[in-house]
Amino acid sequence: MSSIAIDSKRTLRQDTWWLEPMLVVLGLGCFALYSTWAALQNGDYYAAPYLSPFYSPCLAINCAHVSVPLFGEWYNWSPAILILWIPGGFRLTCYYYRKAYYRSFFWSPPACAVKDAASSYSGETRFPFILQNIHRYFFWASLPILAFLWWDAIIAFNFGGSFGIGLGTLVLIANAALLSLYSFSCHSCRHLCGGGLNSFKAAPGRFKLWGIVTKLNEKHMQIAWVSLVWVGLTDAYVRLVATGVIQDLRII
Amino acid sequence: MPEAAVAGNGAEAKMRVWRGDASGGEFRDYSVPLEEGMVVLDVIHSIQAMHAGDLAVRWNCKAGKCGSCSAEVNGKPRLMCMTRMNTFEPGETITVSPIKTFPLIRDLVTDVSYNYEKAKSVPPFKPKPKEADGTRRMYQEDIDRVQEFHKCIECFLCQNVCHVIRDHDDNKPSFAGPRFFVRVASLEMHPLDTDDRLEFLRKEAGLGFCNITKCCTEVCPENIKITDNSIIPLKERVVTRFYDPIARLLGALGGKRS
Repeated sequence: MSSIAIDSKRTLRQDTWWLEPMLVVLGLGCFALYSTWAALQNGDYYAAPYLSPFYSPCLAINCAHVSVPLFGEWYNWSPAILILWIPGGFRLTCYYYRKAYYRSFFWSPPACAVKDAASSYSGETRFPFILQNIHRYFFWASLPILAFLWWDAIIAFNFGGSFGIGLGTLVLIANAALLSLYSFSCHSCRHLCGGGLNSFKAAPGRFKLWGIVTKLNEKHMQIAWVSLVWVGLTDAYVRLVATGVIQDLRII
Repeated sequence: MPEAAVAGNGAEAKMRVWRGDASGGEFRDYSVPLEEGMVVLDVIHSIQAMHAGDLAVRWNCKAGKCGSCSAEVNGKPRLMCMTRMNTFEPGETITVSPIKTFPLIRDLVTDVSYNYEKAKSVPPFKPKPKEADGTRRMYQEDIDRVQEFHKCIECFLCQNVCHVIRDHDDNKPSFAGPRFFVRVASLEMHPLDTDDRLEFLRKEAGLGFCNITKCCTEVCPENIKITDNSIIPLKERVVTRFYDPIARLLGALGGKRS
């Protein structure tokens, strides 16, 4: 039995508690719509030497820029579908995004001391939310993708065989760096680096690693948002160059 | 500093305080003189002295260390003794209600015995045997991590704000709540402890009910990072034990518990 004083009201809060969930719905909603649209385009994702991160690594022979030809001629759908489930799953099961969408989309709860929308609740004890426990597998799966994104950033210095730097080169480097920061600041990474140990004394190397990841982890939310926006902007930049709407700015 | 907080200018605190017991009640309005440096608990004491001698409120240290005066101020779970009046707009009517999650006894006092029952369920500290010289050794880097958890003053604001039991009374038997996840973390990460509470966490304590929306962290007056430093690390340990076959295999090969 709860205290009866405020049982009948959603909340007694008088501040703008609804603002944060509303902004999260807008932010995540816009990204979900744009990324789905971009992933289904199956075109304009490569503007030499830049490959959109939504399509990297490009695993089909039909790709405009093949990273690894794992899928033959028969595969005619968007190559983004082959890869986006990994970063998508990583973000979907991320401890920060869970907080964000449980609050904003599920209203469970919409804000602290504001009543849940649903009358019953089982949290992450049952299907489908019990699947959140596979977050660390998505972390592992994200690592090779990061390697490809760094490779894409490196070959973005190669303009037809000669060294150069374009605005797109810098955009791709920032994208790889931000996604690396996001991945390595993850709570599962923190656990795997040393959080699971009961005694740090016995493992000084892992203790040091855990300390570094802990510092990064404190900024995980901020990194999550910046990297999300940046990866979308990176795709948009490559797309705009590929379609000829803008020209890449050559710095060197 | 807002004008309302300045002493001697005739400023008044306008309060709307819950009055009633388990059978019913209502919010009643009170006005009392506002003095410089007042906190919400001071104003409640002024109301007791000037208007309502029978107003029930639990308090003790008035220094944010005993955890007794938990309440909801303008709907936000707070310690009344740590909520300064000069943080509100001058002339604003401030609502004070009892913490919602626990059964109301009277006015601002609730029955928090749920928490004491949950405390009993936590498997206690089980230290490893002493070393040959009769001592037990711990190292600073191991102690630093659990030290944060020992700051808990058991105000139960985290328990109160946690929607798992705040909005779903039926979850109370199967959920220990953030305060006790902090307690378990302090034991599980203790370098001398030898007990294993992962099965307890998953089943009896209901760690899976937590959907890490971080309200416990937001309201903690001791600024313990409850979610990031205790609940999520415990969830990760539970994942290793129960949901990660590769980690289990490696653990079996290594012959150690996580």
